[in-house]
Amino acid sequence: MSATLPSRASSAMLDTVPKLLLRNASAFAGRPAMREKAYGIWQSWTWAQALDEVRALSIGLYVLGLKRGDTIAIIGDNRPRLYWTFAAAQALGAIPVPLYQDSVADEMAFVLEHAEVSFAAVENQEQVDKVQSGLDRAPSLRSMIYCEPRGLKKYDHSRLHSFEDVQAIGRDELKKNAGTKDWWLAEIAEGKGSDISVMLYTSGTTGKPKGVMLSHANVVQSGQNANIFDKFTIDDTMIAYLPMAWVGDHIFSYGQAFAGGLCVACPESPETAIEDRREIGPTSFFAPPRVFENMLTQIMVRMEDAGRVQKAMFRYFLGVANRAGEKRLNGEELPPKDRVLYWLGDKFVYAPLRNRMGLSNLRIAYTAGEAIGPELFSFFRSLGINLKQLYGQTEASVFITLQPDGEVFPETVGKPGPGVEIKIDDSGEVLFKSPGVFQKYYKNDDATAETKTSDGWVRTGDAGFMDTRGHLCIIDRAKDVGRLNNGAIFSPKYLENRLKFFPEIKEAVALGHGRDFVTLLINIDLVSVGNWAERNNVIYASYQELAAHPEVYKTIERRVDEFNRALAKEPRMAASQIKRFLVLHKELDADDGELTRTQKVRRSFVEDRYTPFIRALYDGSKRASIKTEVTFEDGRKGMLEGDVAIVDMTTYDVPERTPMKEAAE
Amino acid sequence: MKADVRQPVGGGAADAMPGEVLLSVKDVSLSFGGVKAIRGVSFDIKRGEIRAIIGPNGAGKTSMLNVINGFYHPQEGTITYKGQARQQMKPHIAASQGIARTFQNVALFKGMSTLDNIMTGRTLKMRRGLLAQAMYWGAAQREEIRHREFVEKIIDFLEIEAIRKTPVGKLPYGLQKRVELGRALATEPELLLLDEPMAGMNLEEKQDMSRFVIDINEQFGTTMALIEHDMGVVMDLSDRVVVLDYGQKIADGTPAVVQNDQRVIDAYLGVAH
Repeated sequence: MSATLPSRASSAMLDTVPKLLLRNASAFAGRPAMREKAYGIWQSWTWAQALDEVRALSIGLYVLGLKRGDTIAIIGDNRPRLYWTFAAAQALGAIPVPLYQDSVADEMAFVLEHAEVSFAAVENQEQVDKVQSGLDRAPSLRSMIYCEPRGLKKYDHSRLHSFEDVQAIGRDELKKNAGTKDWWLAEIAEGKGSDISVMLYTSGTTGKPKGVMLSHANVVQSGQNANIFDKFTIDDTMIAYLPMAWVGDHIFSYGQAFAGGLCVACPESPETAIEDRREIGPTSFFAPPRVFENMLTQIMVRMEDAGRVQKAMFRYFLGVANRAGEKRLNGEELPPKDRVLYWLGDKFVYAPLRNRMGLSNLRIAYTAGEAIGPELFSFFRSLGINLKQLYGQTEASVFITLQPDGEVFPETVGKPGPGVEIKIDDSGEVLFKSPGVFQKYYKNDDATAETKTSDGWVRTGDAGFMDTRGHLCIIDRAKDVGRLNNGAIFSPKYLENRLKFFPEIKEAVALGHGRDFVTLLINIDLVSVGNWAERNNVIYASYQELAAHPEVYKTIERRVDEFNRALAKEPRMAASQIKRFLVLHKELDADDGELTRTQKVRRSFVEDRYTPFIRALYDGSKRASIKTEVTFEDGRKGMLEGDVAIVDMTTYDVPERTPMKEAAE
Repeated sequence: MKADVRQPVGGGAADAMPGEVLLSVKDVSLSFGGVKAIRGVSFDIKRGEIRAIIGPNGAGKTSMLNVINGFYHPQEGTITYKGQARQQMKPHIAASQGIARTFQNVALFKGMSTLDNIMTGRTLKMRRGLLAQAMYWGAAQREEIRHREFVEKIIDFLEIEAIRKTPVGKLPYGLQKRVELGRALATEPELLLLDEPMAGMNLEEKQDMSRFVIDINEQFGTTMALIEHDMGVVMDLSDRVVVLDYGQKIADGTPAVVQNDQRVIDAYLGVAH
């Protein structure tokens, strides 16, 4: 079977997902559409079989009363049946609303009520219970369909149907009435690209979740564009393991898969996802940074238990990969010696490692969501894994920028995706226009107006800039970005996050908003610096003593200098080079109110508490002292006196000779 | 734990249960030399119910289970299972008649995987000889595949897919208990004897296990007799409770009745003589 997709001319008709399903069922009839591991064996459905399942379900739902414009909640782990429910509902013109399967009953009730769902398709008893407990708040809910019958035997089944039953109703109807099949096709034909295809509730760190409405055109075009960007074909396989309610999964495992006829594999259970990934060997893989972090930790832990020879090989070839791997992936020319060594390393170390991680067949891996450490990023790339970053959000149907092959820089999130325009407004906020721009927030016109400008731009809420290569760099949430007195942009989080990638620095607080230059309060990492102290026979009794050690100060100074040099290369950020810093005499602690319980710095509190230090940082003194109250684990309070040194740093000019004020004293 | 697991929303009553007696124990006494472990105990277990056997330490609960599955032979009394009185009973005969059990201290093959351990529960159902199975061909192969499918359904039911191939010796205690339950289920029992299924578990593991017990009972209609010390669990799970103390039955009835019985309270809290 040829792997080419139908030409653009015919795809003009393919403006909804159910239409794509019909296309796939005829064009790729015998190709696998979905796989799921059940009872220890991978079960597969071809596109033709998927159509059959979706049709039976769709007609069954219609008989039960699902109408055009109705909303249907979908709750559960990634299951083929739940993906089919999306298509089955959309075929009728109903709107699926996926919910996070781990949300608590109360959160669920809010969405059920807000979206006025009339149906709910859920995975198992647990979800049935959660939905039912919120029934009084969602009076519109008429029927529930469940996949897993277990534990539900004694429930009242007047409004509860098993998935099989609904499909049986549909199949029965198809058998009885010859016209049903054509009627169903006509229902699909009635759908238009501008119709709402799905409603995704964003978790929303502030306030109640908002229902982002995406049209069929949004989902279909985003899927198609992504397929073109990374050259996906029907031979590609991905594994669906991230929540179905998250826009990423919806676009990757549903939009992209239907648009390109890709195969989506569902793991047996969330716990087995890693093992299942190994068995399936996906060609494309998405994961947030913490997943890659866990993978790295696992490798390192396993290597600790390996034999001497293996350990030596691992270390040696990791060195080779470090030197040559990324260059190779970027298509650069390698010296012949490195080429041979890398080839050997691939045979003995890299390929087995990739196999362990289930990434042997991988073509493309993406990460997004939060900043990924450059070392972590490089580690995977050096092993020959084409890990890239993308930047997106629900309101964009995911894609805003992606890193193209051969242009992967860890500090950027890539270039605008196909059809995406980006502009940065005066405050530094990133705005975009794209084929994926959402229609509106459901029943929340105020929020829509706040986010979408009248001329069609969408505010991301993130501050960033385009670098000279045309790549977008995200620096912070827009509301957290401040300005130095000379007008240059100042983003504390951008600086702090990058500083925290140094192993010796555990926490950093950058100051600069409304000031002449940037200064730092630093917490050393007791584990890593303590380890260094042990190796170098440095004796210390407390954090305070270690933090004040001249050698420690020197190390930190080297790091900050390294950081300044790196910053100097970024015209927009060069003004934020660190001018002075000090190492705090105590660790910032949630018990003292300096951190939140989730270990985030409470900036204003810290600035207030360490006023003497901050005054010293800006008045040019060489030392500063302070008396702070500390709370011990048992709740007692005591006073801690600190006297710390302040270090002056050199700042560097921007290479392009962009004029920059040397804030000399 | 108190979450009302027994009453599903809009649910049918859990008490719409059983009529027929599956097993009855009549005037059973068991002694080891001079120690009288069980003294003239009578009770019955009805088809489809969850029957709890409780009592302070040394009350004779485990001995009672051992009598039921034929490991011990009572000196006096009769045991009637499915309408047939039995005299001498061997555990493997009890097993082939549909009685399965789990143990107070897990008794699994530590070096074998979860899958293989549960597969051993199918041994009695294997029809082909050793040689045919070793050849793994034709009918023997088909039979093995059928059994494997059954075992996979149990693995799915107990949600232990992730440890399918892990040697059970490496598993935490709570999971080992679950594997043991799986092995007992593999025999397709009519009567399942659980000896302290929640002992040594944390709250979450107990909740999981309670759910499995209920689901097994509902889904397969399996009759269960369980020994348990956690009163919350007993009161939530069981349909009827029999209380033993010093080898004698001191109470028998629904959890509510037993809970308020003065002799039970005395036995547990102690009483001045």
